[in-house]
Amino acid sequence: MNQQALEDLKEIRSIMDRSTRFISLSGISGVIAGVAALAGAAAAYWYFQEVIFNYESVDYWNQEAQYRFFLLDALAVLIVALSGGIFFTVRKAKSQGQKIWDSTSRRLLINLSIPLAVGGYFCAVLLYMGFIGFIAPVTLTFYGLALLNASKYTLDDIRYLAISELILGMVALWFIGYGLLFWSIGFGVLHIVYGLVMYFKYEK
Amino acid sequence: MSEIIQHWDKAFENKARLAIMSILMVTDWADFNRFKEQLDLTDGNLASHLSALEKVSYIEVRKSFIGKKPNTSYRVTATGKKAFKQHLQSLEKFLRNQG
Repeated sequence: MNQQALEDLKEIRSIMDRSTRFISLSGISGVIAGVAALAGAAAAYWYFQEVIFNYESVDYWNQEAQYRFFLLDALAVLIVALSGGIFFTVRKAKSQGQKIWDSTSRRLLINLSIPLAVGGYFCAVLLYMGFIGFIAPVTLTFYGLALLNASKYTLDDIRYLAISELILGMVALWFIGYGLLFWSIGFGVLHIVYGLVMYFKYEK
Repeated sequence: MSEIIQHWDKAFENKARLAIMSILMVTDWADFNRFKEQLDLTDGNLASHLSALEKVSYIEVRKSFIGKKPNTSYRVTATGKKAFKQHLQSLEKFLRNQG
């Protein structure tokens, strides 16, 4: 009877978790996103040189070629990170027998996208107004909030990544002009560290 | 002991029913296929558990059509929620008393 009660409680818990949380996010996809971000940051540094750290030289940015390079670079990072993320998450879901597109993954995506979309809008306006220095702290902050919101629908560990991004975003606000550096830490280093921790915790 | 048995809900004696209720406690409407995917039961088995829960009005049923295919969805009722919570409490209490 005792054993039965304990088992029932455990089963209820696991079923409830499986019905609310999408647990197939792969750690490897975090590592790939991080490496892509670092490569993108390196490319930007190679192209802009020291100028990118110099907030005073915003005039330099007014040339269309610079904007174009910047956007292409960001787009390339996004595509590599997304396709890597999708590939490894689908693979993990398959091996766990979890469906990739069900109510849990839908809920995760919706809750991730809302703060992310607002952040994207916010940054587009900042960029348009010429407040380039604020882009990095704002992207890190909104990304952190998006992760925090999504953490309720996936592995709890995402919470730690969210809080790290938020702290980094708040710190970056005081160091306008060092956006690339904070980006590399937030989207590069943190993703790699988090991805490795997840990989060794859940997939090894 | 007798007090615990009192709250021990007969409707939840079966593991499959407990599992169905667990899913419904954390989702809104869920359709037949959702249970099938998650619980690994045969159609007939699942249907009989669902109708047993419906009979004691722990769940409600909604029938609709997706295109031409009939689609049946289920949702936990207020009575069902209360009963499930009580059942959980008595499970926990029972374990506590056992030490």
